[in-house]
Amino acid sequence: MSKPIVATTSLAGCFGCHMSILDIDERILDLIHLVEFDKSPIDDIKKFSRKCDIGLIEGGCCNSENVHVLKDFRENCKILVSVGECAIMGGLPAMRNGIPIRECLEEAYLNGPTVKENNKLKIIPNDPELPILLDKVYPCHEVVKIDYHLPGCPPRADLIWEALVALVTGNELKMPYEVIKYD
Amino acid sequence: MKTFTLKVLEKYSRDKTRLMDILIDIQSEFGFISRESIAQIAHELQMSEVDVEQTISFYHFFSMKPTGRYSIYLNNSAVANMMGRKEVAQALEKETGIKFGEVTADGLIGLYETSCIGMNDQEPAAIINNQIFTKLTPFRAKEIVRDIKEGKKVSQMFSASYGDGANRDDSVKSVVTNNIRKIGPILDPDYKVGGAIKKIITLSPEDVIHEIKNSNIRGRGGAGFPTGLKWEFCRNAPGARKYIFCNADEGEPGTFKDRVILTELPRLLFEGMVVAGYAVGAQEGILYIRYEYKYLQEYLEKILQAAREKNYLGKDIMGKKGFNFDIRIQFGAGAYVCGEESALIESAEGKRGEPRDRPPFPVEKGYLDMPTVVNNVETLCAVVKVILHGGEWYRSFGTAESTGTKLLSVSGDCRFPGVYEVAWGFSVNDILDMVGASEKNVQAVQVGGPSGSLIGPEEFSRILGYEDLATGGSLIIFDKTRDIISDVVLNFTEFFIEESCGSCSTCRILPSILKQKVEKILDARGVMQDIKDMEEWGKTLKASRCGLGQTAANPILTSIKNFRHLYEEKIQRSKDFDSGFDLSKAVQEACVATGRVPNI
Repeated sequence: MSKPIVATTSLAGCFGCHMSILDIDERILDLIHLVEFDKSPIDDIKKFSRKCDIGLIEGGCCNSENVHVLKDFRENCKILVSVGECAIMGGLPAMRNGIPIRECLEEAYLNGPTVKENNKLKIIPNDPELPILLDKVYPCHEVVKIDYHLPGCPPRADLIWEALVALVTGNELKMPYEVIKYD
Repeated sequence: MKTFTLKVLEKYSRDKTRLMDILIDIQSEFGFISRESIAQIAHELQMSEVDVEQTISFYHFFSMKPTGRYSIYLNNSAVANMMGRKEVAQALEKETGIKFGEVTADGLIGLYETSCIGMNDQEPAAIINNQIFTKLTPFRAKEIVRDIKEGKKVSQMFSASYGDGANRDDSVKSVVTNNIRKIGPILDPDYKVGGAIKKIITLSPEDVIHEIKNSNIRGRGGAGFPTGLKWEFCRNAPGARKYIFCNADEGEPGTFKDRVILTELPRLLFEGMVVAGYAVGAQEGILYIRYEYKYLQEYLEKILQAAREKNYLGKDIMGKKGFNFDIRIQFGAGAYVCGEESALIESAEGKRGEPRDRPPFPVEKGYLDMPTVVNNVETLCAVVKVILHGGEWYRSFGTAESTGTKLLSVSGDCRFPGVYEVAWGFSVNDILDMVGASEKNVQAVQVGGPSGSLIGPEEFSRILGYEDLATGGSLIIFDKTRDIISDVVLNFTEFFIEESCGSCSTCRILPSILKQKVEKILDARGVMQDIKDMEEWGKTLKASRCGLGQTAANPILTSIKNFRHLYEEKIQRSKDFDSGFDLSKAVQEACVATGRVPNI
């Protein structure tokens, strides 16, 4: 039987959840025996080369590109897992949700103390190549269907490992109280 | 400003439990409560500024920004919308040139929305500088704005004659109408003040409680706790002082019967409070009235003063040595949750109106930690009649479990909206006949306000009473032209979101999430799972601390239960899942802010 294929991505996240995946330490050798990776920053494959079994999503959606990537994952993965606070709730980036976008942009590009003197032309970046910001940061399940949620900021390596093994082997997930942390 | 604030503080003897009154006076004088005032109040009352500020921020009618020399608060209840509120709102915006939530540049007019103001039988209605304006039309809105710009006083802006009954009293002079449609033993205009007091002073307090228990009367606010038992608990609770509260904070949209009692029969109510005081052993009564009824203040104060002069209140009442009782009026400042008895007590102590954890119950530890009885306006009126005519007599009205009569506030699609006093035990169908609503045109009836249930024709044979359809008395009728989900359910859910005190996470968060689900369904993006989610998640609200949170999902839950087809016909049958996310909508704001064309 061929090995299950895993894809991962970081949307509006800090890559902390990916770091936590790497925190499984030497178990990464077991992981290679257990699964194959497709599109993922871990192996630097940029585009889906085939249909995958499991997609791990870090981060929520803050711009149009995040939405496209997430929808791409939904189309190409049988099971999608929101990994970490930002994917599940929007996390720190969602702190901007109470502030109008114009105010955010003006603070970032026109009025902030580090840009005030330097942005002489008063430009707010608007190149058509840039992804467009969304009105607020959305958790992944508000954009596409998400099958599982792994809480934590980041989720512990042990939790990610156990969840992945359970998904791949079809066994029940062992989630002792200590590994589930919400911060 | 400084001297005025100082004067107000003196008036309330620098008592921090009177913070509500202090803030109400300052708000009324200046149209807002400034930072300087807050600092001054905090300093003089020896409390922190944030403590003052947190009370201010809790109440709808307090503001830290100027609200205009004329503050227009337009009611946004479901019935107001049905009666043409939208057009009135548009006319107000057009004439003033501002949007709701704003103040004109010259500081003259402020436009605000507000939850039900207890005028459901004469909507659309608004409050302008504490005066009520009813049955508004776009034309009236235009006139009002013109009058304001001409500098007229609010009292000069009424076009029609004053309302009926005591609304014409010199100290009221309001256009509000009572619309009393049916009278019974409570609303009986033949009432002579003082009879019950004369009778109780010949009895022991225990005998009074016994008679009340014998009548089987239960609380008329909605929860239906036996009144005699409540009094007995309070009488037996240890405490240096005891208090009688009258809860006149009727904030449940669709309820206005207490307003009518306060207007027509305040003496009956005050006598009821005296009776309760005698039975419980309390010397002080507090009438807590919602801010929306501020226009009755002068009138009620006048009647209290007259009662003192006749020795119905004061020391050694009616010559009974040691029987002392007096009443003061406490106004709220716009918060539905203060109708919950422990929140009401918190508010009367000058704090945010957040419900307390129970136990201890108010009868053990209430106002200022002393044993306190909180009774509904109607309950206190009924006890006077029980004392006069006996518990046996009272039991002759209504059913075995629900004795006596109930005042109903009827509004919505019917010919005769208003207040009806009927014995318990009538069916919804009987009531519909009585109020001039044709059965074949009625689509739904909201029984007991948003926190009650929305029922359809198959349940119209149900009986009003504690054993079947318990209600605080509000009945809102919707005919077949109304869209139950968008006109009713959404409006009521928004009401709960607005009025949540924010203390419990269930009530702070879930109603907003449920509202998004309803909007998604109305947007034709819903799927079956959304209906299931709402039913499932709605149950979680039962974990909230008070009745507001526990019932906040009722509009949604009862409408799904009784009008499921309305939801099912709006959802997508072909899909199992739809997040409802719309990328083109989500990027609009950023495109406008950066001047970009959406190239998604």
